[in-house]
Amino acid sequence: MSAVAESVSKRSTVNRLSAENVTLAYDQRVIAEQLSVEIPDNSFTVIVGPNACGKSTLLRALSRMLRPSEGRVLLDGQVIQSMPAKKVARTLGLLPQSSIAPDGITVADLVGRGRYPHQGLLRQWSAEDERVVQESMRQTGVAELADRYVDELSGGQRQRVWIAMALAQQTPLLLLDEPTTYLDIQHQIDVLDLCAELHETQGRTLVAVLHDLNHAARYATHLIALRGGEVIAEGAPNDIVTAELVEQVFGLRCQVIDDPETGTPLVVPAARKARAERQRLTTAS
Amino acid sequence: MLVDSPPEQCAETAPAPPTRRAARAFGLLLSAAILVLVALASIAIGAKSLSLDQVWHGLFHGTGTYGDVVVDERLARTVLGLLAGAALGLSGAVLQALTRNPLADPGLLGINAGASAAVVTAITYFGVTSLTGYVWFAFFGAAAVGALVWLLGGSRGATPVRLALAGTAISAALYGYLQAVMITDDAALGTMRFWTVGSLASATNSTILQVLPFLAVGTALALGLARPLNAVAMGDDTARALGANLGRTRALAMLAATVLCGAATAACGPIVFVGLMVPHVVRSFTGPDLRWILPYATVLSPVLLLGADVAGRVVARPSELQVGIVTAIIGGPVFIFLVRRRRTAQL
Amino acid sequence: MKTRSMNRAVRAPGGLSLRLDLRALIVVALLLVAACAAGVALIGTGDAKIPAADVLRTLAGHGTAYQDFIVNELRLPRVLVGLLVGASLGLGGALFQSVSRNPLGSPDVLGLSQGSTAGALVVIVLMSGSTTQVTVGALIGGLATGLAIYLLAWKQGVHGYRLVLVGIGVSAIATAVNGYLLTKADMVDAARAVVWMTGSLDGRDWDQVWPLLALCAVLVPVVLAGARGLRMTEMGDDVANALGVPVQRVRLVLMVCAVLLVAAATAAAGPVSFVALTAPQLARRLTRSPGPNLVPSLCMGAALLVAADWASQRAFGADQLPVGVVTGVLGGGYLLWLLVTERRAGRI
Repeated sequence: MSAVAESVSKRSTVNRLSAENVTLAYDQRVIAEQLSVEIPDNSFTVIVGPNACGKSTLLRALSRMLRPSEGRVLLDGQVIQSMPAKKVARTLGLLPQSSIAPDGITVADLVGRGRYPHQGLLRQWSAEDERVVQESMRQTGVAELADRYVDELSGGQRQRVWIAMALAQQTPLLLLDEPTTYLDIQHQIDVLDLCAELHETQGRTLVAVLHDLNHAARYATHLIALRGGEVIAEGAPNDIVTAELVEQVFGLRCQVIDDPETGTPLVVPAARKARAERQRLTTAS
Repeated sequence: MLVDSPPEQCAETAPAPPTRRAARAFGLLLSAAILVLVALASIAIGAKSLSLDQVWHGLFHGTGTYGDVVVDERLARTVLGLLAGAALGLSGAVLQALTRNPLADPGLLGINAGASAAVVTAITYFGVTSLTGYVWFAFFGAAAVGALVWLLGGSRGATPVRLALAGTAISAALYGYLQAVMITDDAALGTMRFWTVGSLASATNSTILQVLPFLAVGTALALGLARPLNAVAMGDDTARALGANLGRTRALAMLAATVLCGAATAACGPIVFVGLMVPHVVRSFTGPDLRWILPYATVLSPVLLLGADVAGRVVARPSELQVGIVTAIIGGPVFIFLVRRRRTAQL
Repeated sequence: MKTRSMNRAVRAPGGLSLRLDLRALIVVALLLVAACAAGVALIGTGDAKIPAADVLRTLAGHGTAYQDFIVNELRLPRVLVGLLVGASLGLGGALFQSVSRNPLGSPDVLGLSQGSTAGALVVIVLMSGSTTQVTVGALIGGLATGLAIYLLAWKQGVHGYRLVLVGIGVSAIATAVNGYLLTKADMVDAARAVVWMTGSLDGRDWDQVWPLLALCAVLVPVVLAGARGLRMTEMGDDVANALGVPVQRVRLVLMVCAVLLVAAATAAAGPVSFVALTAPQLARRLTRSPGPNLVPSLCMGAALLVAADWASQRAFGADQLPVGVVTGVLGGGYLLWLLVTERRAGRI
């Protein structure tokens, strides 16, 4: 009863970020057609799917890096491309996969550059900027690296510095494109814990593209499963992650069990022999 | 260029499938056939119109008629074009592999500047006036700058970026010197403005004999480097892991490129773009394997050089356009087209 | 914190705040002093030598009539052209290097200089034009080349690497055209052409000063307004976009400014080599701060060019060798020094 009421109320309020019937293409190569996605407010939404399913492309469209050839992306009810660039940048932050640390820049300077949308010609470095930069570095645990050069840091540290820069932007919405790539398992968990904390304690809306389905299922409050540019399923991980869905989206036979730590779904791929056996049976029949 | 491009080449560890190898071998034969046709055209066509009979007579029954003299000159010119073209293409391909930079060309390593500075010195301070006299100076200048770039680039520890930077730096200083001399000495200006555009017109048998031994050694060395350079193309660490001797490979590649380009520049002046463009085009259909790139570049570069030379003789009749100008005017647009065709992701 | 970058914020009531890099400020001040000192020295140098104190007195309007003529009519305009050309090249070079994300992305490499040269040579060789016509020809050549490079490199936006590559192609074509024109010229025109191609301040007067000054007065503020956006694009287009920088628009505006600056400077003094390449690199090493370092590069360019002109006059005698020879040799020497001292690969 209460669940029904909640879902109704959710539908009646308009979410801040959504894509309506967008067609996404690079040059002539179409990645997705007529794709519609809602990012629930105050959620930690994770987009999963096999390689080349359009995850990152969707994220690029949501963050206005890619202009849809049809359809529109709405932020607070406005078409995102029609809004002033700085205004968008104060609402929606993005941690892209490709970023370059300028030669000889220090951690504090790089994080400080995240304040750009809040600054102007006559307001170049306010006390507020200083405070937010310190705060962002503290949250990501890079405060003690403030004076180090970015190109001296390890991969895990560097990724946290970039996240700190995105945090310093102070946006209620934050989009992250594969934030855990190239990190070892401990740093992956560090980064995801940090995201969860940002979501829980500060109420920010997070959207991340993740490769690891188990990470996605553990941390997401809302999961979007893509395949071939189409949304196959979306919802809370507990509701949608099933063996059937994994097979449908990733083409992988598996069991889904309860995560002993959190109770969230845990995907255990079927053993090689079992999969081969299954393969033989299906081809025989 | 100092562009840190992702290494475009990676060696093929597995041999290519037999069909592809056959296709590539056939392509190489076809290229050789085209080269023969272009060479024949270079003998038959020129600013002076000769009938095919006259050409035939000049080639095989030379008796010293006017036509025979023309054919003799064209023959020398064609042979030089073949040799110089092959040398430039080969040295360009080797340098691109060595510096892991698809834009490297011999000019990048200061070789053209070295040759030019030496020639202007020869004219102004040694009073050399004959073209055959320049050859040794030019070759010496190119070789000296090649060695200097190698030393300043860090010799055995040289990295692609350091080599490129050393070449640019030395070129800058030498061009400053070149301009200073040209401004103060009219005789030098008079000669240099023709020499620096690059031309095959001055080819004589003695020029060819002077540079031939260097070209032969350089070609053999370069072709022998295909395998080690394939390994170097994959990055220093991978190359070491594959057991390649990085220092020796770099030294030999640098030597081969300098000797080849230096000899070619000595004989016909600085000709740009052949060494840059041909390996670039070749790579687009052979893939990254230097065992194919090097032979293809050797065969196709003279096609471009001789073709440009023939075109230069035809378009400006009764005078002619120097081959260095024609290669740049043809090569520039082709190069820009290639750059534009590549996908954004690769740039 | 910030012991390394030495950034200081200056805040005024009412939300006004400026961010100042102390080290960069000191560098800029020192470079300005150096440029002015070199300028005074250059005014004093020549067939009629004038001590620095007299130069300063004459500039202030208290010299003899003779000194006044030499200083204010003959030599001051030359020095001012030198300062303005150097400043334009330094600033233009810094912009090109930042946009192309490449330390070699200078106007010499991108083919702008060669395009200007082609314009000038057409006038010199084919039309035997006057000095003013040569200037106009060079300006047209430079602007047309800049436009051609931009259009050819445009493909859903301009990216650094493609810009450099297209520039190299255009540069080679222009070089061939220049070589052809030189072979077609008679000896007198060829000699004139080579002097022009080297870059010289010889005989520059007030007619060159005013247009350059006006252009700088308009363009420098425009460039500085775009500088903060440009700093952001150094972190990649996606990051800059996410921070709210209209990347392609910033790039277009700054490229147009850079082309105008470099084309005007080249038209006034010829393609003085290597100032645009070295000034931003030197400035960067002095300020030790990331970012395009626009103002330090501008000051460095001005100081370099005037100092090189002074050095050439001192070393070879008045008007024996044009300034371009010295900047070429110095530029090469500087790069070599860089190579020997800076062992860290990838930093260059």
